[in-house]
Amino acid sequence: MHWLPEGVSTYSPSIDTMFYVILAVTGVAFIVTEALLFYFALRYRARQGVRATYTHGNSRLEMIWTIVPAVMLVLLGLSSRRVWGDIKGRIPPTDQEVVIVASQFDWEIHYKGADGQFDTPDDVVIHNDMSLPVNKPVKIRLRSKDVIHSFFVPAFRLKQDAVPGLTIDVWVEATKTGTYEIACAELCGFGHGTMRGQLTVLEPDEFQKWLKEQEANVVPAEAPPA
Amino acid sequence: MSLKHEHELSFIRKYIFSMDHKIIGIQFLFMSLLFMIVGGFLAMIVRWQLGFPDREIPFASHLPESLNPADPAHYNAVFTMHGSIMIFLVIIPILAGAFGNFLIPLLIGARDMAFPKLNMLSFWVALPGGLIMASSFFVEGGTAATGWTAYPPLSADPQYTGVGLGQTLWVVSVLILGTSSIMGAVNYITTIVNMRAPGMHFFRMPLSVWALFITAILQLMATPVLASALGMLLFDRTLGTHFFNPAGGGQVLLWQHLFWFYSHPAVYIMILPSMGFVSDIISTFSRKPIFGYKAMVFSLVGIAGLGFIVWGHHMFQSGMNPALGTAFMISTMVIAVPSAIKTFNWLGTLWRGSIHFTPAMLNALAFVSTFIVGGLSGIFMASTPVDMFIHDTYFIVAHLHYVLFGGSLFGVFGALNYWYPKMFGRMMNSTVNTIHWVLTFTFFNLTFFPMHILGMGGHMRRIYDPTLYEFLKPMQPMNEFISISAFLLGASQLLFAGNFIFSLFRGKRAESNPWRANSLEWSAPSPPPHLNWGDKLPTVYRGPYEYSSPEVAEDYLPQNRPLIGAPTPSRTVPEPARA
Repeated sequence: MHWLPEGVSTYSPSIDTMFYVILAVTGVAFIVTEALLFYFALRYRARQGVRATYTHGNSRLEMIWTIVPAVMLVLLGLSSRRVWGDIKGRIPPTDQEVVIVASQFDWEIHYKGADGQFDTPDDVVIHNDMSLPVNKPVKIRLRSKDVIHSFFVPAFRLKQDAVPGLTIDVWVEATKTGTYEIACAELCGFGHGTMRGQLTVLEPDEFQKWLKEQEANVVPAEAPPA
Repeated sequence: MSLKHEHELSFIRKYIFSMDHKIIGIQFLFMSLLFMIVGGFLAMIVRWQLGFPDREIPFASHLPESLNPADPAHYNAVFTMHGSIMIFLVIIPILAGAFGNFLIPLLIGARDMAFPKLNMLSFWVALPGGLIMASSFFVEGGTAATGWTAYPPLSADPQYTGVGLGQTLWVVSVLILGTSSIMGAVNYITTIVNMRAPGMHFFRMPLSVWALFITAILQLMATPVLASALGMLLFDRTLGTHFFNPAGGGQVLLWQHLFWFYSHPAVYIMILPSMGFVSDIISTFSRKPIFGYKAMVFSLVGIAGLGFIVWGHHMFQSGMNPALGTAFMISTMVIAVPSAIKTFNWLGTLWRGSIHFTPAMLNALAFVSTFIVGGLSGIFMASTPVDMFIHDTYFIVAHLHYVLFGGSLFGVFGALNYWYPKMFGRMMNSTVNTIHWVLTFTFFNLTFFPMHILGMGGHMRRIYDPTLYEFLKPMQPMNEFISISAFLLGASQLLFAGNFIFSLFRGKRAESNPWRANSLEWSAPSPPPHLNWGDKLPTVYRGPYEYSSPEVAEDYLPQNRPLIGAPTPSRTVPEPARA
């Protein structure tokens, strides 16, 4: 099944699987309950001389339709917890770090630069155009200068709010080269809908080449991230 | 209490500054319905912009400047006010204010509310609250543009939106409306606990009363928390405090915790009453006792209780600790259980019934059918990893409209069809309302079901032009389809509005019990006089769902009809609740 758009991060398959599992469970519940609703409405429509059955309920049935959904839901919760733990539990060790500073209506992408350190004058800073190496975990440190934004890359299934006053770390490992889109998912002002960025996933050597080119272009006066 | 009292009242005391719960209920009803027109109109503007972002609205030049979505800042204002008006000025006041006021005394056999003056005040506080919100359209800078959730810092500092006074008026308005809610809630709780007719035990109350009772408890407990958050936001905006400004030592996420601590229970404030109405309607028109009455009561209580510990599911991607996210995920999964219990019991009530497809019943069935979708789609977002993808997309827009339009509003349509004869003493035309139901149910689903698919494609909410994104461009035909369906959905409401108004003056006179129903309001004249019943209050002998009872030849047995040989209940204080 491919009802969701193509996912290109290491964790997108497990998120998508979780989605489809829930879709299957809720799909069955949906079909059964709606079919019963429709069938009962037709089958038991008022007819001359037929009196409704006088009953106030059935405790055994109540038990069944309390316990069965409860068990199903807790199982869904537990399997979701496992996927969530894999994503949020820890950030895979990596030397590839990016700082993203969101502001109205701009994604400021920071790379370490030649000295391998953030917050130094040789940091590479690019607006709304992010590049990442494929098959390598990348740690992303999210910040915001003004209001809440939300860093959303649909192809990665990655969404995380950037909150003023906090630095929030997330990670992603891309599995396929190509060009994708970054969107803002949290209302951030009149330009919210235009806060679009481009994301390019490159082969590692191309990425290094690209980064070197960017480092060469750095104007040393560039301000460090907020 | 003298029944001649009503003749001494002037027009103003009787219909404007009235202390009669029925008049106050009808005042709330008219206020909510008028605001529903405004809120619905704003929805049409939203859909025009999303379906046809390149084309200007034909009547744009006649709109107040702050509503013309051609400017993206105004688009934000339009959907903000659509949400705010629908939630704070339509759904909550129509369910709690209109039906709560009108129904509670009539259904429990009381002459009026416990505190009639407070009741009057609750309306005369709500109306200025609504007018303040409406006035924000016309102030400099336009109206609030931060979504109905008003997350700071966006909402806390005018520099981020360009909206100054408009946002402040929004905060003040919601504070005032909350005050009105609390006044109503105090009244409902006191009335239900103390003023039930002789024999009306707690477990003989119709589920509408139970639902309104639980709702009132939620309102009383949750609304003050919203007031505290709004107070801080107001101070941040006007006095220069920094509750939500990290530069001044404030916490951005504090707002979200406080806001959702109110607003998640508020989601249940907006659906529980409809669940009650629908239970009563389904039982009446299936001519069959409600299936699992106590399970229905306890599931209402369960939803309300669990409703206080799930607020964090709005914040999975907010930067809140992911471990906390897991806890909120489990509580959210569990809250689906009482909803499932209710659904199965509605199905059980239909089973082997004798179903009459009146407009009220059709709307109640639509409620069940759409609530199933809204309930099930909630499970997707409850799952923290899945929510990482679909949070803040059209999936949530679809979900919330399935619950709040599909659920709450079909419940309201059902309740209006059901109790209109009691409210106004006249019948609505049932053919027109059946056509209205067919069109509304069809276009509702055509409008909101495809939004799930948009959300699965990653379509963000609150963006004003989807065609700016490559990955959304292929879905634009679906946006156009949704918009056209939405316009037809909006237009279908004219039928109901026309029927509602026409029937007020020309509808057939209603008898006291047109649906052959059991609960006490049907033992009063239609419309009930001041103080509801004549000299003597009804005495209650049984629960409200004795349809098709073998004890009588008819297929209904009103709560107040004595059976020969049945013991007369004592006229002392009603018995306390028993488990």
